[in-house]
Amino acid sequence: MPPDSPPAARAAPDFPTSIPPGLIALFVAFAQMSLAGFGGVMVFARRAIVDRHRWMTADEFNETYALCHFLPGPNVVNLSVVFGSRFHGIPGGIAAFAGLLGPPMVIVTILAALYAHFGEIDALRRILAGVSCAAVGLLISTMLRMMMPLIKRRDVVGLVVLVGVFIAIGLLRLPLQTVLLMAIPLSIAITFVMRRRTSP
Amino acid sequence: MNSPESPVSTLVWTFGLMSLFAVGGANSAIPEMHRIAVDVRHWMTDKQFADMFAIAQMSPGPNVMIVTLIGYTVAGVAGALAATLSMCVPTAVLAYYVSRFLSRSSHSRWPAILQAALVPLSIGLMGASGLILALTSDRSWTAGLVTATAAGLAFATRLNPLWLLLAGGCLGFAGVI
Repeated sequence: MPPDSPPAARAAPDFPTSIPPGLIALFVAFAQMSLAGFGGVMVFARRAIVDRHRWMTADEFNETYALCHFLPGPNVVNLSVVFGSRFHGIPGGIAAFAGLLGPPMVIVTILAALYAHFGEIDALRRILAGVSCAAVGLLISTMLRMMMPLIKRRDVVGLVVLVGVFIAIGLLRLPLQTVLLMAIPLSIAITFVMRRRTSP
Repeated sequence: MNSPESPVSTLVWTFGLMSLFAVGGANSAIPEMHRIAVDVRHWMTDKQFADMFAIAQMSPGPNVMIVTLIGYTVAGVAGALAATLSMCVPTAVLAYYVSRFLSRSSHSRWPAILQAALVPLSIGLMGASGLILALTSDRSWTAGLVTATAAGLAFATRLNPLWLLLAGGCLGFAGVI
């Protein structure tokens, strides 16, 4: 991974990146990837930013993605702000944020209004029940895919933390804040100690 | 609930706070959304919550759009806007400052440690989301079978998820579930 480059500097490494996008281009690009992104936008974001527009190299994208993944909140929303502000400061962040969220928000609000009116219709209820069954399956598969690296590495500590959080939130239904305020410091402390022990 | 505050301000602080605790993304916060929307505030039924998850997954845009649907149910268009922005803005501001800080400071190993520490947490949260959603939407053994099949296919193949959602919808319409 390349070390930190100043935000405005254009990437020098392995692959030439194109001219930095303007505010309107940022808005349009994020609106496009957002509207293409059924069931998660991140794949489309990578395709647009790295492959199509070449605004970032794959390494830069991975680094930004990692940052946005460990920060709380919707990952791709974080990515839009970090990416946009890299080129144009706060206005750039806002342009990308607005492009990502504005158009789908309009669509989903319309769907919400339709649901409020027609949600009781029997056929629609059955269809939605079927879709939600499949959607839960998709979510579970995403979770399993994320879990595989931990299992392969035999990361016992990680798996114990994972199961602990699952029990606290999923089975005991404890409030999220309470659980995380205990689990986050604990997990960081354990990880820190383990790393010091393994790599001096 | 006899809270005197307006529904919009309830949405703002509920989701504003949740935003900062959604480790791993919007899907990690689903158990908390369900706890608040169904159990604590009684904004909706189990079935409505499951429907909203389904609509959000079928719609274009990030997964966080389920929040827009919840907001709309509570307080119409203003609620949809308030809930979505409250869920997205605090963490976006945080991301902005953290990325600036990291690009200035010398390369440290803290991001790697934080990431290693938080990834198991976020997977545990997603597992809890899966469990809670399965309990709300799978109320027959056929429904459970559809969920398990979708999970298996999505895990083992590179099939476009949209096909699985579509297949689920068709099975639902046919009355199988």
